[in-house]
Amino acid sequence: MSLALIQAPVSASFGGAFEFIFTPQTSNVTGGKTVGGLSQVVELTLTQLEVTVLALALALVVALPAGLYFGHRGTGELVAIGLGNAGRAVPELALIALMAAVIGVGLLNLTVALAILGIPPILTNTFVGIREVDRASVDAARGIGMTEFEIVHKVEAPMALPSIFTGIRTATINIVATATIAPLAGVATLGEFILGENVYGANGVLAGAIMVALLALVLEFSLAGLQRLLTSKGLRLSAV
Amino acid sequence: MASGVLFAAAGEVGKGFIHERTSETLPCQAKPSHLFCWDWARQNIDRFGTPALQQFELVAISVAVGFAVAFALALLAHRRRWLRPPLLAGTGVLYAIPSIAFFLLLLPITGRGRETAIIALSAYTLQIIYRNVTVGLSNVPASAKDAARGMGMTERQILWRVELPLATPEIVGGLRIATVSTVAIATLAVFAHAGGLGTQIFTEANLHFPTSILIAGGIAMLMALSFDAILLTVQRFATPWRRVRAS
Repeated sequence: MSLALIQAPVSASFGGAFEFIFTPQTSNVTGGKTVGGLSQVVELTLTQLEVTVLALALALVVALPAGLYFGHRGTGELVAIGLGNAGRAVPELALIALMAAVIGVGLLNLTVALAILGIPPILTNTFVGIREVDRASVDAARGIGMTEFEIVHKVEAPMALPSIFTGIRTATINIVATATIAPLAGVATLGEFILGENVYGANGVLAGAIMVALLALVLEFSLAGLQRLLTSKGLRLSAV
Repeated sequence: MASGVLFAAAGEVGKGFIHERTSETLPCQAKPSHLFCWDWARQNIDRFGTPALQQFELVAISVAVGFAVAFALALLAHRRRWLRPPLLAGTGVLYAIPSIAFFLLLLPITGRGRETAIIALSAYTLQIIYRNVTVGLSNVPASAKDAARGMGMTERQILWRVELPLATPEIVGGLRIATVSTVAIATLAVFAHAGGLGTQIFTEANLHFPTSILIAGGIAMLMALSFDAILLTVQRFATPWRRVRAS
């Protein structure tokens, strides 16, 4: 995997890029090698999706319980908010490059690095969402004899759902975007096309960009749909 | 040759990057396992000046453009409520497109260089700023607006002298988030051939020599924190009544 940066995407055309996606062609840059085509594009897209889902799952496992717990207890505000702010300032490119240089390449390292990007938005938004739940509702829940777990599960989490999902969507966008430079860490995602212009040509670079953008939008809309499904019926009605 | 391409990509700033490094023999450079090579850092710190300045310009211009557009859109949506859902969805779609892809998709249209990077970067700030301005305006208490109306203010006066000042904390809050994220994303402007600190991160040699990554990343984070602190100070001066209430 060479890190040669794109040289001539200006000479690429959207027509050529779509042709690259749908039909395998002989690379005119390295000569002889067959590149592009639907099967390769699908394979790399699936890898990027896989990496994204793994990292998102890891980030969720860490950040969601922490956000719910601290939000419910009302402690750790400084850490939860500060982490969110600090996380935003970390340059993704530097993080991946550093992880690759220091810890080494591979799927596991990449997943951890990407999960680190996803944790701050989920944690912060979950925390803030739970804190902003009307205290009267929580008191009422306690009054009718709900346990603390039930309060989180049945009252606070459903009401904080929009905020929690904002966090998850931001995390997903960050992760899927950064998974594009995964070839730096030795995992061939769609970034393979983007970072490997000397193999795939200018149209390949553009094709990679198109696929990355599509993948991100599909994920964004899927999560929006999922949020709609998960929102409790009562809350959906009261929102109208 | 890959290295030739690499030099070209890093542009003026990175010229002779790899060559220079291997030609010198610093003790810690010989060991790639060293996380940070102070000797190298001392000798080469000046190579980060131009990229840092480029990055600063990219962020400042992009946020300014993004703020102007998002603010105008928010004011428009404030008057015409039916515009709100489509505007929120539209800016959301722009926000969801990964930055590298965004840069590359623009290249065939706008060519490589700073303009391309600025278009993409400012598009990212739209969602955050737009949302915060809208939220800020709708959080203004109705009683304050009624009082203003009772004093005989016109709608325009109410907007500029009551609603916007009261919404300042949310507006500046959005501006802070947008600026800090833009500093981080601007390291990827190297993909649009627009320079910036990414030029010092994205080189083949760095995979075995993290010092340069750490310095460039450190400068970016420091820049983000400085922008944040400046905007927070601006907010304090812009909302003197909040300080009075606090004391």
